[in-house]
Amino acid sequence: MRLIYAFIAGGLFGAGLFISGMTDTAKVQGWLDVFGDWDPTLAFVMGGAIIPMAIAWAFVPGRKPLVGGDFPTPPEPKIGRDLVLGSVLFGFGWGLAGLCPGPSIASLSYGGPGHWVFVAAMLAGMYLAPMLRLRLDRALPAE
Amino acid sequence: MQEDWIWGLIGGLLIGSGGAVYLLANGRIMGASGILGGLVDRSGWDSWKERAAFLAGVFLLPIPLYPLYRAVDTHITSNFAVIVAAGLLVGIGTRFANGCTSGHGVCGISRFSLRGIVATVFYIGAGGIAVILFRHLLGIV
Repeated sequence: MRLIYAFIAGGLFGAGLFISGMTDTAKVQGWLDVFGDWDPTLAFVMGGAIIPMAIAWAFVPGRKPLVGGDFPTPPEPKIGRDLVLGSVLFGFGWGLAGLCPGPSIASLSYGGPGHWVFVAAMLAGMYLAPMLRLRLDRALPAE
Repeated sequence: MQEDWIWGLIGGLLIGSGGAVYLLANGRIMGASGILGGLVDRSGWDSWKERAAFLAGVFLLPIPLYPLYRAVDTHITSNFAVIVAAGLLVGIGTRFANGCTSGHGVCGISRFSLRGIVATVFYIGAGGIAVILFRHLLGIV
C-alpha cells in the first residue's frame, strides 16, 4: 500500500505542477521578474498548495500515518549556514533556468533535451553536495 | 493569459493534495529534492521503492493530461551552459538547505516552520536577483 499511496501522491504532485503551468520556465521567471512583465501565477499555485497541506498538518497531532509508523517530528528550528547558503544557491539556479526539482521531473516527458540536461546536472549537484559540505566545514565551520 | 491564475490555483490544490496524501498515508514530507537526493547520495536507500513510486507518479501523470492544458512548451533556454550551471546550483543548494519549493515552501510554510519560511525568503530573493542580473543586466536568459 505504501507504494500505491506514494504513486498517487507523486501523481497528484506531477499533475498539479503540469496543470498550474509551473513546468513552464517562462511563468516561473515571469513571477520572479518583478521589474519585467510580472506574472502572478506562482503565488496562486503556492497559496493553493498550502491550503490542503495546512489541513493535513492539522490532522497530524495524536494520530498515526495510514500505513503505520510515526509522523515526522519537526526539525530543530535552527537557522544556520547550510539553510541560508543552500537556499541562496538554489534560488539562483531556480531563477537562471526557471526550474526547481519537482517541475524538472514532471516535465521530462515533454520538455525536450534541455530538461534532461538540467536533471542530469541537478543530480550531479546532489551527488557532489555532501563532499562540498565537508570541504566547507573545514574551511568555514558552521558554528 | 487571463485564466492562468485559475489553472494555477487548481494545480496548486492538486500539489497540496499530493503532499497531504504523502503525509497522512505514508507519514512522509513531500519534498522533491529530498526524495531525489536520498536516492542520489544513498542516504534514503532503505526507502528507495517508495521514492521511486513517488517519482514515477510525478513523471507519468502529466502525460494523459496533455490534451487538457493549452500548451506543453516549457520555454526553456537553448543555452546549455546556463542549463548545466542552473542544474548544478539547484542540486547543490537544495541538498545544503535540505529542501526546495515543495519541502520548504509548500510543506514547511503550511506548518508555520521557521526554517521553511526563512529558506523560502532566501530562495525567492536569490531567484529574483538572478533574473534581474541575467535578464535585465546581462541579457542572457
